[in-house]
Amino acid sequence: MTLLQIKGLHASIGDREILKGIDLEINEGEVHAIMGPNGSGKSTLSAVLAGRDTFSVTSGEVIYRGMDLLKMTPEERSHEGIFLSFQYPIEIPGVSNVNFMRTAVNEHRAHKGLAPLNAAEFLKLMREKMEIVKMDPSFSSRGVNVGFSGGEKKRNEIFQMAMLEPKLSILDETDSGLDVDALRIVASGVNKLKRSDNATIVITHYQRLLDYIVPDIVHILYNGRIIKTAGKELALEVENRGYDWLIKGQDD
Amino acid sequence: MDEKDDILKSINDSEYRHGFETDLEQETIPKGLNEDVIRLISRKKEEPQWLLDFRLKAYRKWTGMKMPHWAHLDIPEIDFQDIIYFAAPKKGSDKKEIDPELMKTFDRLGIPLHERNVLAGVAVDAVFDSVSVKTTFRESLAEKGIIFCSFSEAVRDYPDLVRKYLASVVPVGDNFFSALNSAVFSDGSFCYIPKGVRCPMELSSYFRINAKGTGQFERTLIVADEGSYVSYLEGCTAPMRDENQLHAAVVEIVVLDDAEVKYSTVQNWYPGDSQGRGGIFNFVTKRGICKGQGSRLFWTQVETGSAITWKYPSTILKGDNSVSEFYSVAVTNNFQQADTGTKMIHIGKNTRSRIVSKGISAGKSQNSYRGLVKILPGADNARNFSQCDSLLIGDRCGAHTFPVIENGNATAVTEHEATTSKISEDQLFYCRQRGIPEETATGLIINGYTKEVINKLPMEFAVEAQKLLQVSLEGSVG
Repeated sequence: MTLLQIKGLHASIGDREILKGIDLEINEGEVHAIMGPNGSGKSTLSAVLAGRDTFSVTSGEVIYRGMDLLKMTPEERSHEGIFLSFQYPIEIPGVSNVNFMRTAVNEHRAHKGLAPLNAAEFLKLMREKMEIVKMDPSFSSRGVNVGFSGGEKKRNEIFQMAMLEPKLSILDETDSGLDVDALRIVASGVNKLKRSDNATIVITHYQRLLDYIVPDIVHILYNGRIIKTAGKELALEVENRGYDWLIKGQDD
Repeated sequence: MDEKDDILKSINDSEYRHGFETDLEQETIPKGLNEDVIRLISRKKEEPQWLLDFRLKAYRKWTGMKMPHWAHLDIPEIDFQDIIYFAAPKKGSDKKEIDPELMKTFDRLGIPLHERNVLAGVAVDAVFDSVSVKTTFRESLAEKGIIFCSFSEAVRDYPDLVRKYLASVVPVGDNFFSALNSAVFSDGSFCYIPKGVRCPMELSSYFRINAKGTGQFERTLIVADEGSYVSYLEGCTAPMRDENQLHAAVVEIVVLDDAEVKYSTVQNWYPGDSQGRGGIFNFVTKRGICKGQGSRLFWTQVETGSAITWKYPSTILKGDNSVSEFYSVAVTNNFQQADTGTKMIHIGKNTRSRIVSKGISAGKSQNSYRGLVKILPGADNARNFSQCDSLLIGDRCGAHTFPVIENGNATAVTEHEATTSKISEDQLFYCRQRGIPEETATGLIINGYTKEVINKLPMEFAVEAQKLLQVSLEGSVG
């Protein structure tokens, strides 16, 4: 079943157009990789899908599970199953991880008409999910991302993803700042969360992450457009040959 | 943007939940201030000569004083002749009976005055405009020798205690507003805890301004005798009006050997509307003295209301080994201005003080912390720790800190820490991406930020205070 359909999406920041007509279709059960050099619009695409209002959509549409995604608030998108793993996770001093996630999970439950989890149920769930990314339980009482290393922040993102069980996860440069061990833990976390009824968009610079999270489809984004779409072998080709052969003649 | 402003406005205007007005027959005296007005107030209160003399002396002092302008506040001209200095609900033929409208008013404010309905474990002195209408649990407290009554009753029933301590901590001429208060003060609470007695319940005063064009000038005096303990809380609200009303209170606290006083304030005077119209001008002098050895005084304040707040609850640490703490959260939104903080004056040896101040500014408000830590030459081994944090919401507000440390003793140690942070768009977006709406996210961040102070409040009030913070800041983000 189709989960997400992007048609002719244009988006700008101020006067500068960054997305110049994106078309993309994602079905349940699929893993899509979006690759591209710096400044091609990868992070803009993920921010627009999550509803960040620093970018304005100038034309095009996005249908997510039959809904007009662009009309939804960021929290509605989250409640409906869109999860963004941030390239730079945000620190929130004074708010503990446990308090933050409990609020988030209960907001999701309220949206589904479910009663909030009690403290015992919640802590049990939290322990299970922390295990997926091998996070130390001591992290639960610490402020959200405060004083976390780069790797810990990324693990925390995947832990949150596990807690919220999204339908569509967007991993924005999840591999940046990770050493090989952390990369493996994070990737295996993502793989454990993969099901036949959800989908993942992996945004990355490098092929490295795709050794661990194997995509079904690879897209190359350049200058605000998808210039090539192919199977997972495309990622390897980019690894060997770089982007130059793809982008020749693409600049306008 | 217009629509957003409208929503914001409606939230800001509607969320002051105590803004209603009670319609009842009031007795007021004519506007203006002179010696005759003071004599009239004193006569209405059937006061003894010594108190009238005290008032007149204060008035004469006040006429020679000038309004202070050193605070980081933009204070409009106040016409002191345009204020009514006494307003009281008219009493029926039976003097014991409280007007049902008044009962209803306090019910609506969440302060039921029927003893069967009252908050468990909290005795309340309810002050409406210039008079105290009811003090609950008086009799059961009296069994332990605790005196808790209105100031006027104390003057009548315990004149020796009142004379001994009145103006002993805040001298009449301490400042412009303390002089004004000393001349015209109407009612307030009086509390005396005898030697060795631990007060079994929270004592609280609830101040309500209702009448138009009036000021409220209450006076509170708390004396904790040797080895006693009391926890005292005050709350305040007022109707929503376009006019500015003046509130100038004086609070004095005397703590004797080994006694402990906790004084908590939840100040929610009407802050004015989102355009900066109306609101209370809150000019308050609060001071305690840790007079005895090993005495302790703890201030906790949550300040969310008032158009202007000018308030510095302070402690004179006179007794050796005495301890004082000041925990404060001050919130300003829209056009509110607050200049608040504390003074810790170390006189005795081994005295310790701690200051934790958390300012939150939103809208176009200005929020200042002003503090003085003064260590006198005799205060060997005195210690002070101060922490002043400011949190900004949006980019049109201001946060300022004016900490002054004067250390006159080489063995004393003072520490000062300060931070300024901001609730950023990034933080809010991060929360929203996880499914937490903006208002809830702001609440979460504010709660985290103020936790250290809120935890110091008596349990019954901590939850209320937390809600109040959230309401005060609703609509301030985005």
